[in-house]
Amino acid sequence: MSDLKQTALHDLHVELGAKMVPFAGYSMPVQYPLGVMKEHLHTRAAAGLFDVSHMGQVVLRAKSGSYEDAALALERLVPVDVLGLGEMRQRYAMFTDTTGGILDDLMLANMGDHIFVVVNAGCKDDDIALMKEALSDSCAIEVLEDRALLALQGPQAEAVLAKLQPAVADMKFMDVAQDVDLDGVQATISRSGYTGEDGYEISVANDDAETLARRLLAMDEVAPIGLGARDSLRLESGLCLYGHDIDTTTTPVEAGLNWAIQKVRREDGERAGGFPGAGVVLQQLADGAVRKRVGLLPEGRAPMREGVAIYDAAEGGNEVGKVTSGGFGPTVGGPVAMGYVTAEHAKVDTPLWGEVRGKRLPLTVTKMPFVAANVKR
Amino acid sequence: MKFTEEHEWLRVEGDEVVVGITTHAAEQLGDVVFVELPDEGTTVSKDDEVVVIESVKAASDILAPIDGEITEVNSTLTDNPSMVNDDPQGEAWFFKLKFTDASQMDDFMDEATYQKFIG
Repeated sequence: MSDLKQTALHDLHVELGAKMVPFAGYSMPVQYPLGVMKEHLHTRAAAGLFDVSHMGQVVLRAKSGSYEDAALALERLVPVDVLGLGEMRQRYAMFTDTTGGILDDLMLANMGDHIFVVVNAGCKDDDIALMKEALSDSCAIEVLEDRALLALQGPQAEAVLAKLQPAVADMKFMDVAQDVDLDGVQATISRSGYTGEDGYEISVANDDAETLARRLLAMDEVAPIGLGARDSLRLESGLCLYGHDIDTTTTPVEAGLNWAIQKVRREDGERAGGFPGAGVVLQQLADGAVRKRVGLLPEGRAPMREGVAIYDAAEGGNEVGKVTSGGFGPTVGGPVAMGYVTAEHAKVDTPLWGEVRGKRLPLTVTKMPFVAANVKR
Repeated sequence: MKFTEEHEWLRVEGDEVVVGITTHAAEQLGDVVFVELPDEGTTVSKDDEVVVIESVKAASDILAPIDGEITEVNSTLTDNPSMVNDDPQGEAWFFKLKFTDASQMDDFMDEATYQKFIG
């Protein structure tokens, strides 16, 4: 009937009453009986458990066995300092194409003798093909098909996970730990996530996923959270969704991801450039981009969703941009959006108008995140 | 109460009909976060889009079930859209419509038929 793939937690989602939808080739829970709004608020107040097993987990290992060789190889595909990343530390990165566009965004971690890479579900086949083609001369690329990925997010995440392994409380934001014993389940853990909240992403064998999920869900603080709330949480936190806020038509500089390009890869850096599209990206870093991703706060209650055109006047004027993600922010208590506008309209507090159902409604360019990050630095 | 295939409920009060969305529709929509109501006094034709509802997931419309004039809107919903989830077939009515052709009401389902319709 359907050729949708299932994660190791599929039956548990169904048992919990989730509404399952197709997402990136998988059958995934978009919401549970609690509903998107309450799931969102629960995550910001206590702890939410997300199944993100559809994402790609990849081990990149240099044939020489050294992290440095694997790092230098991967730096040919990303504008990020991989070599300088500390051991058992994680970093955000993106694959670029020859025009400086973004092929995917990803998390990478220095695991001592290899790099652990987590990529988006919708891009993982292409990402894996890209890494195999570009890096197979010096590296082995192993896709971890037999592992699930759970995200535990929210202010109670530490207290919850520490019940299974007290040592996780000592991890700081973007720390990674491997061979962690979560009360009998072996896990690779990072202290990171996609909600703006403190929390962990937990990679375990498929066979252990349900056991761990049930252990966590049995705790009062933890509720299962679907993709709907995952989207509103990341939107309020100003985080990009690949295929919407970033894609091959947007560069890291346009997307406001300059912070992810460390000095060493920039002009005059020790390993400047050397990634696809470096000419474009380095020039934009120096001169600025003609358009920028910005936060957009609608004044009224009407959500402004992806595709809404943005104008510089209430009537007439020019179209100066488009919304790439937008909706209702449950914690903000009103609509929030992000999108691209021309550089001259990208300054915070610039008044602009979004056209919704033929009407120009006022909005303001706003600093992101909309909800302050609550991570453990 | 009568029901439409667009998941509206209709309650006749004299020469007016009160219009809302069904519990089933509210559940399908999810958390409602925005309601845009028509102006009172607007003349509408059957199937005109008269109300915009946005949930956390998507925007959708309520269509005028019959021809008529909007006589009253439930402006409480503008400030408190979540009422649509809390009491869809009660407090959260959207508008009242003064109808011009009562026979248009004959086309709609009764509750038993609607329950069958949504399966």
